Amino acid sequence: MAMEVTQVLLNAQSIDGAVRKNAEDSLKQFQEQNLPVFLVSLSGELANEEKPVETRKLAGLVLKNALDAKEQHRKFELVQRWLSLDGNAKSQIKACLLKTLTSPVSDARSTASQVIAKVAGIELPHKQWPELIGSLLSNVHQLPAQAKQATLETLGYLCEEVSPDVIDQDQVNKILTAVVQGMSSSEGNTDVRLAATRALYNALGFAQANFSNDMERDYIMRVVCEATLFPEVRIRQAAFECLVSISSTYYEKLAPYIQDIFNITAKAVREDEEPVALQAIEFWSSICDEEIDILEEYGGDFTGDSDIPCFYFIKQALPALVPMLLETLLKQEEDQDQDEGAWNIAMAGGTCLGLVARTVGDDIVPLVVPFIEENISKQDWRQREAATYAFGSILEGPSPEKLIPLVNVALTFMLSALTKDPNSHVKDTTAWTLGRIFEFLRGSVVDSPIISQANCQQIITVLLQSMKDTPNVAEKACGALYFLAQGYEEMGPSSPLTPFFQEIVQSLLTVTHREDAGESRLRTAAYETLNEVVRCSTDETAPLVLQLVPVIMMELHNTLEGQKLSSDEREKQSELQGLLCGCLQVIIQKLGASEPTKYVFMQYADQIMGLFLRVFACRSATVHEEAMLAIGALAYATGADFAKYMPEFYRYLEMGLQNFEEYQVCAVTVGVVGDISRALEEKIVPYCDGIMTQLLKNLSSNQLHRSVKPPIFSCFGDIALAVGEYFEKYLMWAMSALQSAAELSTHIAGDDELVEYTNSLRNGILEAYSGIFQGFKNSPKTQLLIPYAPHILQFLDGIYMEKDMDDVVMKTAIGVLGDLADTLGSHAGSMIQQSVSSKDFLNECLSSEDLMIKESAEWAKLAISRAISV
Amino acid sequence: MAPHDIRRPFKRAAISDQQKRRELSLLRQAQNRRDAQQQARCLASSILSLQSAAPESQPEQSDIELETVPEAEQESEAFSKDLDVRQASKLRGPEVRKWFARQLMLPEWMIDVPDRLAQDWYVFARPAGKRCFVVSSNGTTVSRQRNGSILHHFPSALPAGAKIRDGSGSAQSYCILDCIFHELDQTYYVIDMVCWNGYSLYDCTAEFRFYWLNSKLEESGACNAPSHYHKFRFSAVPVYNCDQSGLHAAYTGVVPYAKDGLLFYNKHALYQTGNTPLALVWKDDNCSQFVIDTDGKGEIPSQQQVVLELQDDRKLVTSDDPPVLFGCLDGDIIEKSGLHTGNLLRFAIGDGGLSFVDGKLEKADLIYLGKSNRARAFADSYSKVLFQFMVRHSPLKIDDLLASINSANDQEKTPSDIEMVG
Repeated sequence: MAMEVTQVLLNAQSIDGAVRKNAEDSLKQFQEQNLPVFLVSLSGELANEEKPVETRKLAGLVLKNALDAKEQHRKFELVQRWLSLDGNAKSQIKACLLKTLTSPVSDARSTASQVIAKVAGIELPHKQWPELIGSLLSNVHQLPAQAKQATLETLGYLCEEVSPDVIDQDQVNKILTAVVQGMSSSEGNTDVRLAATRALYNALGFAQANFSNDMERDYIMRVVCEATLFPEVRIRQAAFECLVSISSTYYEKLAPYIQDIFNITAKAVREDEEPVALQAIEFWSSICDEEIDILEEYGGDFTGDSDIPCFYFIKQALPALVPMLLETLLKQEEDQDQDEGAWNIAMAGGTCLGLVARTVGDDIVPLVVPFIEENISKQDWRQREAATYAFGSILEGPSPEKLIPLVNVALTFMLSALTKDPNSHVKDTTAWTLGRIFEFLRGSVVDSPIISQANCQQIITVLLQSMKDTPNVAEKACGALYFLAQGYEEMGPSSPLTPFFQEIVQSLLTVTHREDAGESRLRTAAYETLNEVVRCSTDETAPLVLQLVPVIMMELHNTLEGQKLSSDEREKQSELQGLLCGCLQVIIQKLGASEPTKYVFMQYADQIMGLFLRVFACRSATVHEEAMLAIGALAYATGADFAKYMPEFYRYLEMGLQNFEEYQVCAVTVGVVGDISRALEEKIVPYCDGIMTQLLKNLSSNQLHRSVKPPIFSCFGDIALAVGEYFEKYLMWAMSALQSAAELSTHIAGDDELVEYTNSLRNGILEAYSGIFQGFKNSPKTQLLIPYAPHILQFLDGIYMEKDMDDVVMKTAIGVLGDLADTLGSHAGSMIQQSVSSKDFLNECLSSEDLMIKESAEWAKLAISRAISV
Repeated sequence: MAPHDIRRPFKRAAISDQQKRRELSLLRQAQNRRDAQQQARCLASSILSLQSAAPESQPEQSDIELETVPEAEQESEAFSKDLDVRQASKLRGPEVRKWFARQLMLPEWMIDVPDRLAQDWYVFARPAGKRCFVVSSNGTTVSRQRNGSILHHFPSALPAGAKIRDGSGSAQSYCILDCIFHELDQTYYVIDMVCWNGYSLYDCTAEFRFYWLNSKLEESGACNAPSHYHKFRFSAVPVYNCDQSGLHAAYTGVVPYAKDGLLFYNKHALYQTGNTPLALVWKDDNCSQFVIDTDGKGEIPSQQQVVLELQDDRKLVTSDDPPVLFGCLDGDIIEKSGLHTGNLLRFAIGDGGLSFVDGKLEKADLIYLGKSNRARAFADSYSKVLFQFMVRHSPLKIDDLLASINSANDQEKTPSDIEMVG
């Protein structure tokens, strides 16, 4: 029972749109009418040596798409569909797939490999298809080279697809044996060796046990290292990719090999082709990542139990590693700064140098300084650029004491190079380096000898002048100014930048209007810098920030003057609107923070809100988000008066809450609901039905990104606090959602990421409880909450016993205990006395060193003693 | 399987301004929420405190008591981990035991011979006695045993170790030494130096630490005979490169103390707290009286005994990180004996012994004896159990060590294809 699909598949690739459309519809129809037959037919097409290669390939692709999708929920559906498919059909399909691995047609083989891996990805976790790995490997030694290659490729895809815990160690051993033997010098066929090497890359995650066995690890490492010397460049590249992966997965096992690896990588960096050399450098960057992580985890505090000790590979390799990296800096490409996609050996080497500096700190300085001195004023631009880049790279990591003397010598030179150097590369790197100086050595701006009254003027003049340079140089100059401004954040009433504020803002606005501001991210950089300058401004310049409001409003207004736009223009327009809304958000937040400026600013509120509503009408996701964020800030500044915007704004609010696709937009909107609740208080009641319905719907959806759920719970609390006993209407629904989430989040089993997520979920749940208790307090309806109290106390006890909550959760949790006692009073007295939380947990919080926890605990203690005493 | 893209951000700030705006918004919202709730609570608490004259809260007496925290805030961050040790030396209570136990570098037992012994390792004869941390600061010296209990509290000639050294005994100068107290000659044998005169050596290799130990200890006068302001003598131990002659010297050489096995230190290892494979202990009958563990009465039990920790799923594990599983305890025993998660329990190893598959422990024949001594801070390590097991069955001999040094030269053999066995 199979259908004829060849013609339809051919038509689906026709250049005639109508034919194609027709064929696609037929395929869809087949699929809906009889899925098993359709899938069997596709696999038969793929396996049939008499069919044209294009239809075989397409048949395989359609089959693959019937097994997997990018969207989580769609993927889940497809998995369920396959699992419930008729067993006979599945066996037929699998047999066809396995058979195709021995096909003489390479496209058919490689398509089959991928489909097999997808099926395995579904079935192996359910303990189905147990014979797969055995049958792939049973005769791998006897196979002709092509089939052997396909088998190894399949193993590689399979390892990429399934997680290590679903494959027995016994089978892992077999896979690794086949793969490593396929890589070793005894294998004569280059394609097989390449496939094996790439397969190993994916299989490394499975080799935990094998890497703990000295002999096996030695063997794998030897084969990988040998492969880095193979004549075929793609094999060398793949072998280095394996080394990179090993460096992060098995860092702690590397000590015996590190010297050899250094020699191999050094040779590759100096002599090999670029794709290989890049991986060789990446190896060391990756080691730096590992050591930076380990050292950060220690945090200079050896009482922490770190699983993996730092072996200080970088520190040991330093004397040889740094010269090797410095050499690479001289291999720049012309115009690499204009090319967004560029990635070459000089860039990789410089990036690695920066990581090395972060890993070893002061020790790198004496190794790099001679190189800088030697090259910084040479005739050849490459030498000047390399010297500058080396300097910029080591500015993060070493101590200020070590760097400041150098920077003091270099600063004048850099400022002069930024204006006078004939080469754009050198200027680009110089501006970037200045930015790094301001970024990493600004901690001591006030008392530091780097920036003084005397050179501040010169620095700003040079940076503003560079903003007129080519787009890439101008972008870096904006970046430098960004960090310069950041150094003066929270300086007090007066900032050294005040005299230049007007000039800086004017220059930045001029940049945004440059014809070529679309290149090198220049316009974005200019607005970002403007935002930072505003954020870090002081009261002295508040009038100037106020003057900026109508200017930016006018810019935003101009983007809305509708002519018909092409899709390309529409994208640009929406990007610009995003930047302008972002800028307005920063300004609103700044001016809204103090009463006098807020009062003056309010004269613009109606107009600004009008502009935001028009931006929404243009409907583009990123703008939506930026405008939403700005509206949150506006609601906070406006307070109860925001009610007048609600009738018009509400539909966009609802739209934002429904935007599952762009979950950031949804999350931001949830936050804005909180802002509006606090601003409007009981005036939000007319909108509550719609908002609560949508929020509850979001919680029950499996399509919504999980990161949005904690803020939704917090938002329940915001609403309850705002509307008080009116929340009764939603109480049952909200409490039941909270209760089931609470049960899920009491125990955590998983990695750090999951622990962090669960804690954020707990925090959201607890904030909801706090808001609800506080909202109902002193109302005649408090008794409605009594039935929920046992469960809430149980939740508090539960997370206390788990001992894995973070400080934020601890503070919120002990606050909930207080709120419960405060609101329910004597009704809950005995219940509270029976809970562990009211004793051990409370005592632990009372003696906490965290002031916020202590403060909440004091409050809880007071409320409890009151509840019990009555 | 296309090549993998490895591009890293180049000349870019790590965070986008949009992300920053988002985060600042969230921060503001969280702050506003806190303010709103705080306000609600403040109202309530001012009412409460008027109504009920609740006493000013007094934190419950906790297990740990801090007597004083001397000038902690004035010190730079660089000293923070050392400060922990100094403050902790003034702590009291059961928790402190565990805390202290974690501060020492604990050698694993040598269950196979490491590579490159001759090139990368030191060896020395371990003095028999009590392993302890000696901390001198603020004019006094305290020694703490591995289980955290105080051994002596005394004046010493170490920097900041006695009250006579006016001026020099400032808060900055203090020492932390890793020692073994030898009862017979009442001497502290210093086997490692963690901090000297305010200078931290945690991050230094053993090579450097031993060099520093030898030159500084002598200089300080701590090796002099005891006097009024210097109650116990300190002494360094002779350390050798672990080549043929060094190993021989450590094994047979005459020392002023009773030997208890040999200690091997990797030259490149930093001072790492807790169990580490970069320091190893090895014993045989010639160089130790305590090769086989004795019981509470000092007698060698007929069956090997081990101490394991009970986990909540009834699993019995070692003190290693990650712990090694030895088996599961019968639910009946747990109930009958009233055992809890975290209890340290004593077992005998029965006739079934330990069985291994591919170098990994597969099965252990455990016989439950009871709870361990209360002074125990933690369970046995895997290497200890295994070493003790080997001692009783097929011990690693001094000849094996010497042989491995000899064969190190002709190790350049080419390995052939290997079947993975995991």
